[in-house]
Amino acid sequence: MAKSNEPIWWSLFSAGGMVAAMILPVLIIITGILVPFGLVDDDPLNFERIYTALSQSYLIKLILFIVITLPLFHWAHRFRFTLVDVGLKSVSTLISILCYGGAIAGTIIAAIIFLRI
Amino acid sequence: MGKKEMSTYHRPFPNTWWLKRKPYVLFMIRELTSVFVAGYCIFLLVFVYKLTQGADVYGNFIDALKSPSSVALHFIALAFVLYHTITWFNLTPKILVLYKGEERIPQGLVAGMFYAGWVVVSVIVALFVLGM
Repeated sequence: MAKSNEPIWWSLFSAGGMVAAMILPVLIIITGILVPFGLVDDDPLNFERIYTALSQSYLIKLILFIVITLPLFHWAHRFRFTLVDVGLKSVSTLISILCYGGAIAGTIIAAIIFLRI
Repeated sequence: MGKKEMSTYHRPFPNTWWLKRKPYVLFMIRELTSVFVAGYCIFLLVFVYKLTQGADVYGNFIDALKSPSSVALHFIALAFVLYHTITWFNLTPKILVLYKGEERIPQGLVAGMFYAGWVVVSVIVALFVLGM
């Protein structure tokens, strides 16, 4: 049987899907509803508080890094097959490169940004 | 050379196949939730980037969360991401087959554990981020 990279991409897909399913809804509610409508006290996203939390804790930084980057691989894997399903099978290799490459690029950019904090 | 002659007949397959039946449309919506998942992650990345640019830049970014376009985008993203969460938890028990002794744990129970875990995680994240 030919060697395949599929298990790696599938693992990242499912790990990213789980992170997204568990954590993104509550974050969207916070940044999209609770904070803009002023439903929480004391401006919880103020600069001092968030900057301090991220710059003083490697654990918080690592968790946020994972929350941002793993779902990118979830997108890459799913969107790749979606594009193939709607008729782009002839350019499936290019699609794979663009999708996984995009997720990898996003991860590198995220690493650079996180190292600056 | 002969390859072309020998190839089997492929029934023409329209690229709009997924519009033909409701389950296909729902499948396509489920697949497209990933775009909103990635979109929100890029938003989070911009959030961290703004943080590295100092208090003023970051403050403007947080103020912009109140804009109607930001709120509208968040609502749309929330709808799609919730659809992702629900379909994900309903699908997981089909892949994650758990046994207790000889008996397979019912799929509904496995899904239920994920939903319960989701609620717990959401409450913890909310309390932590909002500093309550």
